[in-house]
Amino acid sequence: MSKPILTVKQLTKRYGSNTIFENIDLTVNEGDTIVIIGPSGTGKSTLLRCLNLLTKPDGGQIWLDELEITAKGTDEDHVRQHIGMVFQNFLLFNHLTALENVKLGLVRVKHMPEKEAETKALEELTRVGLADRAGHYPGQLSGGQQQRVGIARALAMDPRVMLFDEPTSALDPELIGEVLEVMRKLALDGMTMVVVTHEMGFAREVADRIVFMEKGSIVEEGSPDDLFYHPKYDRTREFLWKITELYGKKEAQT
Amino acid sequence: MDFGRFIQFIASGTAYTLGVTLIALPSGLLIGLVLAFVAVYGGKLIGKFMDVYSTVLRGIPPIVLLFILYFVMSGTVNLSPFWAGSISLGIISSAYQMEIFRGAILSVSGEQMMAARAVGMSKMQAIRYVVLPQMIRLAIPSWSNEAAIVIKDSSLVYAIGVPEILRRAQLISASTQEPFLAYITAALIYFTLVFITNRVLGRVERKLTIPANP
Amino acid sequence: MEWLQLLQRFFGDFVRGAGVTLELTAVGLLLGFVLGLLLALAKIYAPRWLSGIATAYIEIFRGTPLLVQLFLIYYGLPSLGITLSQTLSAYLALGLNSAAYQAEYLRGAIQAIGPSQMMAGRSIGLSRWQTIRHVILPQALRLALPSWSNEPISLLKTTAVVFLIAVQDLMAKAKRAATITYNPIGSYLAVAVVYLLMVFALNALLKWLERKTKIPGFDIDVKRV
Repeated sequence: MSKPILTVKQLTKRYGSNTIFENIDLTVNEGDTIVIIGPSGTGKSTLLRCLNLLTKPDGGQIWLDELEITAKGTDEDHVRQHIGMVFQNFLLFNHLTALENVKLGLVRVKHMPEKEAETKALEELTRVGLADRAGHYPGQLSGGQQQRVGIARALAMDPRVMLFDEPTSALDPELIGEVLEVMRKLALDGMTMVVVTHEMGFAREVADRIVFMEKGSIVEEGSPDDLFYHPKYDRTREFLWKITELYGKKEAQT
Repeated sequence: MDFGRFIQFIASGTAYTLGVTLIALPSGLLIGLVLAFVAVYGGKLIGKFMDVYSTVLRGIPPIVLLFILYFVMSGTVNLSPFWAGSISLGIISSAYQMEIFRGAILSVSGEQMMAARAVGMSKMQAIRYVVLPQMIRLAIPSWSNEAAIVIKDSSLVYAIGVPEILRRAQLISASTQEPFLAYITAALIYFTLVFITNRVLGRVERKLTIPANP
Repeated sequence: MEWLQLLQRFFGDFVRGAGVTLELTAVGLLLGFVLGLLLALAKIYAPRWLSGIATAYIEIFRGTPLLVQLFLIYYGLPSLGITLSQTLSAYLALGLNSAAYQAEYLRGAIQAIGPSQMMAGRSIGLSRWQTIRHVILPQALRLALPSWSNEPISLLKTTAVVFLIAVQDLMAKAKRAATITYNPIGSYLAVAVVYLLMVFALNALLKWLERKTKIPGFDIDVKRV
């Protein structure tokens, strides 16, 4: 039985009088790939950003391994060394080359010596297939390449869990594949991942568990088989049907 | 000297400061506006000439130009420092205003002109009814900035002897031995003038904003 | 062209004066940059009370003429017990004044770069300050360069008024030449030409700086006044 890496209890987030989500419970075990799906604006991205404390939740608790990271006095910067995040808009450091982007955290946060950091950074870039672009600036890379550098940058910190916030939503269709492929390999290698995405093919093939969120709460949760072929709720089936139709993949309906 | 008279003395210079500004700014506006249109629509050669005008007048410190124009004008036409100074500042401002309007005209997309001509308007009509109204709105922020600059630059005429705010502050600081107070008062008056101007122009800008649905 | 003759006659004098002018510009610019950066950061990242002070400073120094600020420092401060030399007063006035303008240029650029790059920096464990220093500022300073470039040129022209407190800059030399030759127009025309040349040179320098610090592929479309 693999142990939980991320435990979320009763998480709540509000903006003024709007409740984004309320009383969310979630457990992410080691090696799991959790895919969160749902209509836009249901708080999926906000939830993800709470997991690494970029957004502060208004209620509830989050544990990373045994440490409650929502407790008062937690060193957030330290926590974020162990949680990797990949953004929809890549958010690479524009003034640095691909290699320097990956190196920055190693040198400034982990205080690694230059040589060591450079070697490790190159390793990570190789892992995502971009060793030959190490000296390029983000502005000189395609969207798919930029995102892969983003993944390398997060991986370089050796995180316990990787969070992906709609990693392919800002990409041209033909570039989505290269990023999903990197993510698939990552999952197969045993990385614990939480992915917010609309890519149903990826969800079906790679996810250990799919979480369907709508209007700020979890409607249904289960294995891909469960959700796609035996959904408990009509809304689940409706949403999956709509999305897979949108993305051109036909599903055999129950 | 009691404080009331103190402030009054300095504040009486405000009339001159305002006078200089109210001559310089509008004349700069008129000249700058005309030159901007000439520069944009007048063809390559004229455009180059306007570039020289703008580059020279904006590349020389205002006080240098002020001195040159003042000595030229008081020498030839025998103008008072007040008039010589005001007109000089107006000429200087016209170069900056020309650039502001030129930028604004160019920001109004060329397609607007095309659409206007397509409806049958002449170039003049297109400029007057289509380009100008849009251009004004685009120019207001930069122009407010220029207005504030002219108010502040009016203090330069101190150097040619116009009894405006700064000169008055200097006089009274000498007679009362209260230089700090005198110049703080002067600063306060200038600040008030600039502040009011910014506020008023801000309202104008808001009133003229074309409604758009975000 | 009398001004040309004057230029030749007082060449050494004018060169020395121009040197002082450039010195005033450099010091004012540097002082203004350091203070301006602090003000910009305070306005964006500091707690309410501190950013309020920064805003007030900027409003005051941009809302009053430099000449008044100069006189306040040189003539006014002594009555409070602080007496500064002409040159020091000029440095201070120019620096404090320039800081207010530079703060606005820098603030605009930092805010443009800010939120998403801050998020990216924090996501790999960098602290707020580390992110500002290693991620935001390197990009913001480059972004600010085209519009910020207006400031050194503006400052160069602004220094011309300090001759009114007897600082021996280019204008002071012009005044001296005018007194000696009884030819004010020629004298001031001559220095006008020198100022123009200095502005051209400075402009070229700034354009070169822009090219040199450009981030490959990162095309920032900012209008140069």
